[in-house]
Amino acid sequence: MVKGKPFSFWVGAAIVAFFLVVALIGPWIAPYGESDAAGEVWQPFSRDFLLGTDSLGRDVLSRLLFGTRTTVLLAVSATALSFAIGMFFGFLAAVVGGMVDQLISRVVDVLMSIPTLIFALVVLSLLPHSKITLILVMAALDSTRVFRLSRAVARDVTVMEFVEAARLRGEGLAWIIRREVLPNTLPPIISEFGLRFCFIILFLSALSFLGLGIQPPEADWGGMVRDNANAIGFGLLLPLIPAAAIVLLTISVNLLVDWQLNRSSRPRIQ
Amino acid sequence: MVRLILQRVALGALTLLAVSLLIFIGTEILPGDVAEAVLGQGATPETVKNLRHLLNLDLPAHVRYLNWLGSLLQGDLGTSLTTGKPIVDMIATRLGNTLFLAGTAALIAVPIAIALGLIAARFRDSWIDKTISISTLATISMPEFFVGYVLIFLFAVKLRWLPSLAKISPTMALGDKLYLIILPCATLTLVVVAHMMRMTRAAIINVMSSPYIEMAELKGATRSRIIIWHALPNALSPIITVVILNLAYLVVGVVVVEVVFVYPGIGQLMVDHVSKRDVPVVQACGLVFAGTYTLLNMIADILSTIANPRLRQPK
Repeated sequence: MVKGKPFSFWVGAAIVAFFLVVALIGPWIAPYGESDAAGEVWQPFSRDFLLGTDSLGRDVLSRLLFGTRTTVLLAVSATALSFAIGMFFGFLAAVVGGMVDQLISRVVDVLMSIPTLIFALVVLSLLPHSKITLILVMAALDSTRVFRLSRAVARDVTVMEFVEAARLRGEGLAWIIRREVLPNTLPPIISEFGLRFCFIILFLSALSFLGLGIQPPEADWGGMVRDNANAIGFGLLLPLIPAAAIVLLTISVNLLVDWQLNRSSRPRIQ
Repeated sequence: MVRLILQRVALGALTLLAVSLLIFIGTEILPGDVAEAVLGQGATPETVKNLRHLLNLDLPAHVRYLNWLGSLLQGDLGTSLTTGKPIVDMIATRLGNTLFLAGTAALIAVPIAIALGLIAARFRDSWIDKTISISTLATISMPEFFVGYVLIFLFAVKLRWLPSLAKISPTMALGDKLYLIILPCATLTLVVVAHMMRMTRAAIINVMSSPYIEMAELKGATRSRIIIWHALPNALSPIITVVILNLAYLVVGVVVVEVVFVYPGIGQLMVDHVSKRDVPVVQACGLVFAGTYTLLNMIADILSTIANPRLRQPK
């Protein structure tokens, strides 16, 4: 069972695990506080400041550690909420069918005809800037994609005999969804969770980069790129450090997703 | 086929209407309203009431929606809350700039993507194919600003070949403008090429298992000839779809790229006014973006109907 996992799986798993650990314990191992002006502006890498200091003299490594927690926590919450909403409506539409399905599907069609970033900008121009707002906006916009997938996979399951049997037995809607539909649709949904998580990390980073995500002085990856964007003109690689963290995490999650997709598409040998 | 296309156009128009309603409702159901947002926390009830009256916020919602839609159709997007200028004037030049940037990027990206996709399919499973598929994975995982700053760092700061900012102005000559937008264009190209290329490859490989391809092989046609004359025409419909979907994506991805390169486009205008909470401007920009997106999606469907002989004849 353990044998035969490709090298890319182990690379992906190791990096994802590393980021999760950093997100958990990061703030405790950070040498400085999140918004302490600990040194001069834009100092190079040194023993005091392993990754240098930023445009306000704050330690980049410490902010990166704090930022990892903020970014990962927010992205995980938004993805989880997005799946809760999307799967609920997706399964409901697939199992109930008829008018309910038509109604939800048409609403989703319209929502999906507006690009998510543009939609988020319109909504964020009205709502107060807070983490709750961000999570809600990202989850709501992303749940349309989850809805499409979970409806599609659940429709394949609902035509099976065992669902018919459960219906004839008189089982309730919730029971059918939980005991028959959910277990049989799990593999594609797990892969999708990884992809949506990556998408939300990129989405959140883009919003923060545009100055509309996490508000300063709190650190997050996209915001750190924005804060230090000017440094690049002076030949410093500073803004590329948090950007590289984003790239590293999303590539690793993609490696895991690829492995999961290959595994579940291959017939299982008993 | 004409009926099919007309149906799609009608659906597109309906979607646009729904989008406008959605953007309108979005500003409607949220707590507080524009008047409170503009005046901030220090507002007295009287000033809020006056501004509401001034902005027609005291009329019922459906009346305001129809008013708004009516003036929208006459090309009147309202006035900005922060500058008091008509929004149409603010948007016009910037929309032109954005279309110039996105259009140039598309002209470069589409031929490159299709050519690379065909090459990957021609040399399937070789090192060329593998390199292409690994670089695809890398670029879909990268935020636009990462690609942008890496390019700035290499070509503007280290090599000093190109400018890092793309502040074009209407009076510049076309050549100067093109020189300034090389880096933003390259960023957008890198971001969209990967996906288009991957889908082109997949579409070609998908038709390669058809009997007529085997026939062509048995006839003794070379692999390149088979791909270009036999596989490509049959894979055209999915390729057109993915190309246009990526163009639609380009229109959105342009927002971040404009901010990175300080390019005076509509995306930057929108971002600036989101922080200022200038709702009418944000609404107008949102409509322009959503409209372009919907339009491109509609064109994708229509073109792929035309390109697919089986869809041309209704059953």
